[in-house]
Amino acid sequence: MYALEIENLHKTYASGLQALKGIDLKVETGDFFALLGPNGAGKSTCIGIISGLVNKTAGKVRIFGHSIDDEFLVAKSLLGSVPQEFNFNTFEPVEEIVVNQAGYYGVPARIARQETERYLKQLGLWQHRRSQARRLSGGMKRRLMIARALVHKPQLLILDEPTAGVDIELRRAMWDFLDQINDRGTTIILTTHYLEEAERMCRNVAIIDGGSIIQNSSMKSLLKQLNSETFVLYLREELAQAPRLERFDNVVQLDPQIIEVEVPEALSINDLVGELEARGIVVERMRNKVNRLEELFVKMTAKPDTEMLA
Amino acid sequence: MLRQFWIAYLTITRKEIMRFTRIWIQTIIPPVVMVALYFIIFGNLIGQRIGEMDGMSYVDFIMPGLVMMSIITNSYANVVSSFYGAKYSRHIEEMQVAPVPNLVILLGFVTGGVARGLSVGVAVTLVSLLFTEFSVHSPAIVLLVALLTSCLFAMAGLINAIFANSFDDISIVPTFVLTPLTYLGGIFYSIKLLPEFWQQVSLGNPILYMVNSFRFGFRGASDIDLVTALLVILSFIAVLFAVCLVLLERGTGIRQ
Ligand SMILES: Nc1ncnc2c1ncn2[C@@H]1O[C@H](COP(=O)(O)OP(=O)(O)O)[C@@H](O)[C@H]1O
Ligand SMILES: [Mg+2]
Repeated sequence: MYALEIENLHKTYASGLQALKGIDLKVETGDFFALLGPNGAGKSTCIGIISGLVNKTAGKVRIFGHSIDDEFLVAKSLLGSVPQEFNFNTFEPVEEIVVNQAGYYGVPARIARQETERYLKQLGLWQHRRSQARRLSGGMKRRLMIARALVHKPQLLILDEPTAGVDIELRRAMWDFLDQINDRGTTIILTTHYLEEAERMCRNVAIIDGGSIIQNSSMKSLLKQLNSETFVLYLREELAQAPRLERFDNVVQLDPQIIEVEVPEALSINDLVGELEARGIVVERMRNKVNRLEELFVKMTAKPDTEMLA
Repeated sequence: MLRQFWIAYLTITRKEIMRFTRIWIQTIIPPVVMVALYFIIFGNLIGQRIGEMDGMSYVDFIMPGLVMMSIITNSYANVVSSFYGAKYSRHIEEMQVAPVPNLVILLGFVTGGVARGLSVGVAVTLVSLLFTEFSVHSPAIVLLVALLTSCLFAMAGLINAIFANSFDDISIVPTFVLTPLTYLGGIFYSIKLLPEFWQQVSLGNPILYMVNSFRFGFRGASDIDLVTALLVILSFIAVLFAVCLVLLERGTGIRQ
């Protein structure tokens, strides 16, 4: 059973901007999944559609098998979402915000109060329960939204850049908290533009850029790819087939005289050339193949991180 | 499922009522002060020179209309400012992500508007006791008309809020449409005083029917036939109700 299935999802805003260009995504039940991408990639748009805040242009979304179109009442009750921007009434007291949210989901008042107390305590907000939300710090506001998203016990929790504006110590505490929630069986999807955060937390990852998914794999294989470099080698003699090398797995023949080899971080180009020569293959020229992922991460990290400054 | 929706409805309603009671100095007091001034100026000072209107003293004549005016203004104001505020600061999203049918959202906001309209209506009625000794011909009609009118204007306020893009937009309609229609809706004069042509024009003003049926509830007499008036009010409610639901369903103004 998939916690989330997205098929061919398109979104064109009224301005004509194509924010999502046909996204496919599947997230297993129990997974801790990262949706990674630079600013403007379409992450929030995607989450907005899943949680019913943005109308999709085309495509299908199912939450635990329930369509957000035909069975939206069930789909919505299984989902909790923490948006990127604060969207509570800043004049309301913290406790009221969470209790009311439970009410919208039909949770009876007594249970709503209990659950609110539980999550406000877990997230360190209990002593602030009577404060108006606008009195909270940025990190506390973020945690308030997490408490609000959990109060009806969703099976799937989606967080849009949950650690933006949260200092490093609290960020760690939040990671631990989310780990616990995930261990107890809640599927979690988070978006981020910090690779480090995804690496620390998530098992699987999709990378979105310019409204398209450009990578969807386990975190492990993504890191392996990021830490290796691919070279294109021009050979003196033609080869009948790609050579089989001992320490290099990904060898692809592009042309009788051109091959492509992935060099993991632990190995050097010398190792590669040595192995090829041992098989009587002479390299005439080589060039570095541009790695789209690396390029993407340069783009993601090169942007000034205004939230970190704030 | 029904229990779930009922809890959601109570939550929205309670929140709406808390909102205007918390700021009662801004919501309940001003209309009370304003109506007291109307009574002093039009009722006592000028009214004595006017003499009788439709067979009753002027102050008795304007009393139902002033109460009705407060109900109209306040039920409208409550929903337009609450819903627009929710849209502006985006906490309307709290309801949008939850499994709350639009009908429940609509009923919740309307109940909040009705609650404010009726609270102010009661407060204003109490104040008017200081200035006039009125009797109530039919409490049932008074209540029914007050309830229907506040429903109607709560929904009108919601539509205004859905289309509003700025705080200006939520005061334009009350200032340029609602207030003139109210003042021309037979609060201060009997339309029988108007020339034939203007009497006919006045019949196109929906507020005339509410003021007159409300006055009927108090005095047992009015310019307009009660059944006609109720039918007019009910048809307005039906139309506004449908428009509200369609707009919420489409997500106009709240979903991109
Ligand atoms: N309401 C909107 N109207 C028009 N364009 C929008 C709107 N919201 C977002 N966009 C555009 O859609 C693209 C994707 O935005 P978003 O989903 O917020 O990206 P991300 O969350 O990955 O930073 C961006 O180019 C953004 O400017
Ligand atoms: Mg975003």
